[in-house]
Amino acid sequence: MLSHREIEQIEHELAIVPRRSGACIEALRAVQRHRGWISDEAVRDIARFLEMSPDEVDSVATFYNLIYRKPVGRHVILICNSVSCWIMGYEGIRKAIGEKLGIGLGETTKDGCFTLLPNPCLGTCDTAPALMIDEDLHRDLTPGKIDGILERYR
Amino acid sequence: MAIDRPLTERIRPGGEGAAIAAYEKAGGYEALRKALAGMTPQEVTKLVTESNLRGRGGAGFPTGPKWSFVPMGSDAPRPKYLVANADEMEPGTFKDRLLMEEDPHQLIEGMLLAAYAIKADVAYIFLRWEYRLAERRLHRAIAEAVEAGYLGRNILGSGWDLDMFVHISAGRYMCGEETGLLNALEGKRATPRAKPPFPQVSGLWGKPTIVQNVETLCNVPHIIARGAAWYRGLSRSEDSGTKLFGASGKVARPGLWELPMGTTIREILEEHAGGMRDGLRFRGLLPGGASTDFLVEEHLDVKMDFASIARAGSRLGTGTMIVLDDRTCPVGMVQNLEEFFAQESCGWCTPCREGLPWTARLLEAIEEGQGRPEDLERLSVHCKLLGPGNTFCALAPGAVEPLQSALKYFREDFEAHIRQNRCPRRSG
Repeated sequence: MLSHREIEQIEHELAIVPRRSGACIEALRAVQRHRGWISDEAVRDIARFLEMSPDEVDSVATFYNLIYRKPVGRHVILICNSVSCWIMGYEGIRKAIGEKLGIGLGETTKDGCFTLLPNPCLGTCDTAPALMIDEDLHRDLTPGKIDGILERYR
Repeated sequence: MAIDRPLTERIRPGGEGAAIAAYEKAGGYEALRKALAGMTPQEVTKLVTESNLRGRGGAGFPTGPKWSFVPMGSDAPRPKYLVANADEMEPGTFKDRLLMEEDPHQLIEGMLLAAYAIKADVAYIFLRWEYRLAERRLHRAIAEAVEAGYLGRNILGSGWDLDMFVHISAGRYMCGEETGLLNALEGKRATPRAKPPFPQVSGLWGKPTIVQNVETLCNVPHIIARGAAWYRGLSRSEDSGTKLFGASGKVARPGLWELPMGTTIREILEEHAGGMRDGLRFRGLLPGGASTDFLVEEHLDVKMDFASIARAGSRLGTGTMIVLDDRTCPVGMVQNLEEFFAQESCGWCTPCREGLPWTARLLEAIEEGQGRPEDLERLSVHCKLLGPGNTFCALAPGAVEPLQSALKYFREDFEAHIRQNRCPRRSG
């Protein structure tokens, strides 16, 4: 069942689209905001509410990299692995995170604190390498800075 | 005072993103007043056509002519839509972020003028989720514009209405493709649509729609305020206006600069980016994002404009260059690029879905020292199979641009990898 808060946020989008399925991405986003990720149950809840089939909703959910179809940690690290960050030392940043947290790309720490995901270009190439943790952008990174940044999210 | 960098003249270091009062004080929304008080939509389109403004998102399509395809008059289909493509996801590109974070009202005014030119009813800003600060500032600016009567019902007493919404994307490079973007706005997977029909006639929800890059739209208020001749005069080439040029990679001062269209690559690299970092040598660059062909030393005096870069064998693209130095492996760089494109292929058409992962794996093998001499020919064949005309949209043809040019300019690097069974730049 969708919660009142979830429904309220989806209704907001429904007001401006001519078909209920037009709110699918916003619905996935709204539910993910509340539940952290999109479970099979969430797919069915959204499908019922938007008068779509669960498969249709799932086809949208699995297309977009910022919709999570698996549980993620309390903090999601989006590390830019595109070309400018690659030139400026993405590999070293990824390794530093791996050493500190013991996780690779697509993995979550055992304590459920961090998930590490690769992300296409974050659009801050003049301050590469860069990553985001939740809504915060961290730029001009060096492997030495990673420890201190991650500690702030513990 | 002569204004030579209209897009960024109001931006101050550490500025808080020009609130409406500051924007109006600097002449903001004057172009909108001028258009609504004394110009027909057709006259706005005509002026933009005369300015020779071309799209700044990568493809370079002439802006005014694009608007002129939209059905006008009382029997035109409604509602009509204007969409700002703010899904800046071309790797190496970071220009629209600045425009939205530091001067959001400039974009809103540009959207208003474009929307008026096609008599749109609804406008969307299609913004990537990662641009959190831009989202906050755009929301605030839209609220201010509604409050001031620039958005909503009967704008400035003209009888024309426009609503503006921000759509936050859920990711994927394909959303930057015009028709993929429209599918995403309709809540679907961002796969491309067949053209024709073109979005100008049948776009969002089957209604006439214009999709325009952020930087392109930001030029429009200045063209309306100061005229086409002034705008053409800003440039040093046949393409008019200024352009946000950028440089990333191992240059001394990576950054973003608004310069006349037609500024040479050398001037951007040496004067603005400060040349290469100490001890490094320039080897090549992608002039306008990941999906443009490499240019090399012999091209340094080429002008950054659509025609000159095309003559040199590449594309102006987004105008933000990615620089390759002599200690970075060109094979590794192209591998990174092709892995990106393979990952971002939407899977809709076969050459792209199957060909790009194959290409990326061949490059990985070469970089890891497992390449064979015949692999280079195989890569060249893929560049043709994935090229223009064989795929649904421009993703795969864009993906092979850096690859085909790397095979041409950095051939000896590829051959050395295969001969030595390792990456010569990697230690151990």
